[in-house]
Amino acid sequence: MTLLAVDSLSKTFSSAAAKGAQPVVQALADLSFQVAAGEFLSIIGPSGCGKSTLFRILSGLEQPDTGQVTLQGQPLPLETDRQGRFGYMPQRDTLLPWRTVLDNVILGADLAGDSRELARSEAQRLLPLFGLDGFENVWPSALSGGMRQRAALLRTFLTGYETLLLDEPFGALDALTRRVLQQWLLGVRTRFKKTILFITHDIDEALLLGDRVLVFSPRPGRITADLPIDLPHPRSQDTVLDDSFLAHKRNVMAHLKLE
Amino acid sequence: MMTARLIFPAAVLLMLLALWELLVWALAVPKWIVPAPSAIGQAFWETRALLATHVRQTMLEVAIGIGVAVSTGVALAAVLDFSPWLRRAIYPLLVISQTVPILALAPLLIIWFGFGIAPKVIVVTLFCFFPIAINTSDGLTATEPELIDLLRSMGATWPQIWQKVRLPAALPYFFSGLKIAATYSVVGAIVGEWVGAKQGLGIHLLRSSAAFKTAQVFSAIAITSLLSILLFLTVFVIERKMMPWYFERR
Repeated sequence: MTLLAVDSLSKTFSSAAAKGAQPVVQALADLSFQVAAGEFLSIIGPSGCGKSTLFRILSGLEQPDTGQVTLQGQPLPLETDRQGRFGYMPQRDTLLPWRTVLDNVILGADLAGDSRELARSEAQRLLPLFGLDGFENVWPSALSGGMRQRAALLRTFLTGYETLLLDEPFGALDALTRRVLQQWLLGVRTRFKKTILFITHDIDEALLLGDRVLVFSPRPGRITADLPIDLPHPRSQDTVLDDSFLAHKRNVMAHLKLE
Repeated sequence: MMTARLIFPAAVLLMLLALWELLVWALAVPKWIVPAPSAIGQAFWETRALLATHVRQTMLEVAIGIGVAVSTGVALAAVLDFSPWLRRAIYPLLVISQTVPILALAPLLIIWFGFGIAPKVIVVTLFCFFPIAINTSDGLTATEPELIDLLRSMGATWPQIWQKVRLPAALPYFFSGLKIAATYSVVGAIVGEWVGAKQGLGIHLLRSSAAFKTAQVFSAIAITSLLSILLFLTVFVIERKMMPWYFERR
């Protein structure tokens, strides 16, 4: 069943802030794809190919020049239609420094005007799963990079939205922490029935986590390949050594057209 | 470590006071030119009841002045934030306005508002308004756009974005301004009283020096500094109470 349909999105930035010879930047060109309910969709592409712009449009922070976003059969033409529909996790962890970890992760419920006590006790139950047990009353500045990302992820999960947009959640972490978190996300994912769109620069990460990989072209962003990843679950770090994995990897690399 | 940080400046201060006492005694300086610290202490003790009424008056002016400066300063910062156009028009004027000597304005204020409390409160407000308005305005512009984006993507309303992101983010800046304002404020009240008042530390200073009661002048000066320090510490304590997250990370 199609949950999310993106139909011929285009976006051009003509900002005065863009310096240099190119005052007009086309970020997305006629982008279309669909996502099924419960699917994990990895999106990979070179820097500046408009992946983040896609997420900003979906989460209602930008308006596309043309095109349509449809969620559960309902078109969402305006920015305000799309706000509060997706669990968006921006590239930086963006925890609020003046809220404790617990109050950060319940931000969604707080904004919705739900009972804070209820939200806190629900979040409290999930803290161990997110490796944050005992850190509920700590300020975010006291957390390590990996913990900050897990807290931001928990906040995104707790927004209660069915579709999550994760923009390079592990991008700023060291390789080891990143691997641990990938493994952890694979585990968490099976417990929550969420549809996830996951931007990454890392081919291994895209293949290891994704049910499907979208490969973007350099700017303006277009889809150059839409590849189902039929690797069996459960996947682990050893999966990246399988022949079938390597075949997928070669395929993605061929489509990435790295100059 | 707090005591260690206090002990050295306190020791130096005590030594300086002792040196002062010694020099006045050794050089036989007349009391009406430079009184010894002991004479100042004595004058302080003898005039304590009188001083208390003056302090009360001055602090009342300070309290109202800071209150007005905080509310108008924060309000202006918010207005400047709503309109980038207004900000560009008014912000430079605000900075230029600081070159107007407030000392010279005080006599004018007496002409316009009389000898009551109003002109003093206005002088305090003029001293305190600028650091509060400018710092709060800078704080509001310094909010990380990513945080605002995050809340917008979650469907937050503008009041929610202000309450949960913009105001807390501006708070450290606001308090920097308030700390500067607090140190200016007592001096502001005294300047206001200087040009004409019935009560207050400023007029007490003026009367004491006119009567060559130099020890009284010094004790009034000392209490003025003390009040400024106390005010600063009060702001400091409130700041720590309101922003534990800001202080616990360092």
